[in-house]
Amino acid sequence: MTRELFAFNGGVHPPDHKTESTWRPVHPAPLPKKLVIPLRQHIGNPAKPIVAVGQRVLKGQMIGAAEGFISSAVHAPSSGFVTAIDMQPVPHASGLSDLCITLTTDGRDEWIALTPLDYTQFSPADLRARLRDMGLVGLGGAVFPSAIKLDPGAAHTLPMLILNGCECEPWITCDDSLMRDHAAEILQGVAVMRHLLGSMEILVGIEDNKPEALAAIQQAAEGLDFAVEIVAVPTIYPGGGAKQLIKTLTCKEVPSGKLSTDIGIQVFNVGTAYALYRAVFHGEPLISRLVTVTGHVLRPQNFVALIGTPMIELIQLAGECDHGTGLLMGGPMMGVPMPRADVPVVKATNCLLVQSAELFPPLPRELPCIRCTRCADVCPADLQPQDLYRFAKAQDFGRAQEYHLFDCIECGCCSYVCPSHIPLVDFYRYAKSEIWAREKEKKAADLARERHEFRVFRQEREKREKAEKLAARAQAKKQELTAAAASGDGEAAARKALIAAAMERAKAQKAGITPQNTDKLAPDKQREIEEIEARRAKIRETAHQPLEQEKKS
Amino acid sequence: MPSPFILERSSVTQVMAWVLAALLPGIAAYVWLFGSGILITLTIATVTALGAEAAMLKARGTQVLPFLTDLSAIVTAWLLALSLPSLAPWWLIVTGTLFAIVVAKHLYGGLGQNIFNPAMVGYAVLIVSFPVQMTHWSGPLELAQAHPGFAQSAAVIFGMDVKLDGLSMATPLDVLRTGLLQQHTVDEVMTKPIFGHYGGVGFEWLAGFFLLGGLVLWALRIISWHVPLAFLAGIWLTAGFLHFSDPGRYGAPWFHLFAPSVMLGAFFIATDPVTGATTPKGKIIFGLGAGFLTILIRTWGGYPDGVAFAILLMNVCAPLIDAYTQPKVFGEARKP
Repeated sequence: MTRELFAFNGGVHPPDHKTESTWRPVHPAPLPKKLVIPLRQHIGNPAKPIVAVGQRVLKGQMIGAAEGFISSAVHAPSSGFVTAIDMQPVPHASGLSDLCITLTTDGRDEWIALTPLDYTQFSPADLRARLRDMGLVGLGGAVFPSAIKLDPGAAHTLPMLILNGCECEPWITCDDSLMRDHAAEILQGVAVMRHLLGSMEILVGIEDNKPEALAAIQQAAEGLDFAVEIVAVPTIYPGGGAKQLIKTLTCKEVPSGKLSTDIGIQVFNVGTAYALYRAVFHGEPLISRLVTVTGHVLRPQNFVALIGTPMIELIQLAGECDHGTGLLMGGPMMGVPMPRADVPVVKATNCLLVQSAELFPPLPRELPCIRCTRCADVCPADLQPQDLYRFAKAQDFGRAQEYHLFDCIECGCCSYVCPSHIPLVDFYRYAKSEIWAREKEKKAADLARERHEFRVFRQEREKREKAEKLAARAQAKKQELTAAAASGDGEAAARKALIAAAMERAKAQKAGITPQNTDKLAPDKQREIEEIEARRAKIRETAHQPLEQEKKS
Repeated sequence: MPSPFILERSSVTQVMAWVLAALLPGIAAYVWLFGSGILITLTIATVTALGAEAAMLKARGTQVLPFLTDLSAIVTAWLLALSLPSLAPWWLIVTGTLFAIVVAKHLYGGLGQNIFNPAMVGYAVLIVSFPVQMTHWSGPLELAQAHPGFAQSAAVIFGMDVKLDGLSMATPLDVLRTGLLQQHTVDEVMTKPIFGHYGGVGFEWLAGFFLLGGLVLWALRIISWHVPLAFLAGIWLTAGFLHFSDPGRYGAPWFHLFAPSVMLGAFFIATDPVTGATTPKGKIIFGLGAGFLTILIRTWGGYPDGVAFAILLMNVCAPLIDAYTQPKVFGEARKP
């Protein structure tokens, strides 16, 4: 515990509200009648359903297969029947639906045949493929597929492995509980990570407001056959952010726009290590997780909940109170408001925070920015939030990017301290999404332009080819005719042939030339011209009709 | 509603209230050293500022109450009042305050939008337009033969009794300036009774109490150390350089530090976040520049004091300073 620590700039100390939920023991939540398992619970491509409606599945059976490189599988959290594969509301702030598999449980909770993996016997690539099929994703909140993070890549080894047990968000205690109760198992998971990554140095960072967790991990580490350094880090939000934790422990800053692996460091959440342990030593895929249910409930506590459990059932277990004003998934600093309480628990659900007017008073009225730079003082990314706000508000997205908008980790410290109560993070999210949308639009426009340019090129080429063909034919005809003339048809025939050839040539030339000012037009302009041409042709046609009638009469 | 869902208990009103509270020791010292006339000045400025603020908010079609209660108008009023001579006539106070609130603040878009410090704009307008009335300082009680009581101050301020002869007195900066213009050396001028240990009699104590209030703001993290320290350093270094190059012609750096308006300017006016630089390096440049310009104006300018003009000039530079002093962000390679 003598490691020298390094403070990152900024950070805040919101009231932590951890004790509410830590003093009660962890309870397994009862088996729900219905489980709704979204196919997109991770970063990357959604899983592809591999079961049919009506099919019986066993607990732990894969029901959605990973598709593409960045993806992860999903599994049946209990045994039962697939009753629907359709769009269902999912835990997302937008309230939009996503493809889900609905499982009606049969109460037997019947497992598939579980085969523990002897990880030392597998090739790393094989083992990673297995873990991908076990549905392992990062449980710290980002839900990035773990198998990818467990690949040291071209370097063949990642020198430093950091286990993140900081849990710096207020109210949330699921990692704390897990470390207290399952320290040894977490470190078994770390052993697998170490095996795959070839890490030489292993650190466990835990905030110093969790003495029990620190002690438990310390004790478990003593029985290991490899060295693990357990470090108590200062309690400060967002000290558990991966980049901030790396800075605290090593003084290294992950370069802007790069990954921690670029500086030889990989970070995993303790929950992920535990899930890895369950997968390797018991053969169990990721079908449950610890969820803190806290805030405006009678008995705040941690539950072991199956993925797919409706959130409302956990809230009822913890004792639902009247006058709730909302539900957050995650903590108060970075949590996501739930559009409704019956959405399912997913792999990213670390906490259900029930709001009340008392615990979460409505935010005061927003005033203009007075540029006091309290936000810059607390920004852990060393940004100038007051400038980013100004640029985002003025829709000056170029300047916002110049001022490192994309280094913002959306931790919310700036909004937390703002004396003008400006929802700053919201402005940054808006600016980011606008920039992404514009880039996408630009890409689409580029593609359309390329296509159009190619079309014009192709049309020109076709005309040229046609012209060449015509010219060649005219030449042949001329030769034929001159040959005929030579054979005795006389001068008149020869002249006729020459005129015919000249006319052919003129025709060919006409076909070969395209008007210059209509080159390289935007597709919509082209379309407009074509429409006008069509109209003109029609008018010409109708104009010609009476003439023809006159001729007839 | 997006994250975060909790807020620290802070508000613009709270910040402004602390600034006002931190001015109280200085105001108390003012009353003690120069008489109670300042209380009348403060009241006139406050009432004018609130009236103008309410009228402008209404005219601009914004909600009146939430902005009126942010106290920013009162801060402007007090800062202007404390910069004015203690026996300034009422219409001078009203004109300055109106200009500060209506033109410098609201015509630029109100709270947070103004480019120039409103109180200093008000001051600049008055000193350019009414230079004579801007010299109506009551002398420090220690020196004054007759010192104006509350009633007499009121009479003077409201123009009912304009016999200022026994009451008003030139400020130390005026005396120094006039003395130097009359080809006296600094040492000769400094023997006059108006000069105390560091600044002027009374004025140096006043400066001390403003310094005290400023330190309170710093301790509460309402202001950072950058601007005040850099401002004082700018004054000290510039004045020091001149003084040591020719002590006969240029006042001592300590005198300049404790002359009127410097401490108020350093801790309460130059630190105005709206019109100042925002980056740490930028704040230092802002402060140093303001200090440097203050001495230049005091020494060679047309007005005895330069704090207001120096701060206004640096207000213009603030966006440029910010643009060129962006700090390194987390994970950004240090520039070579």
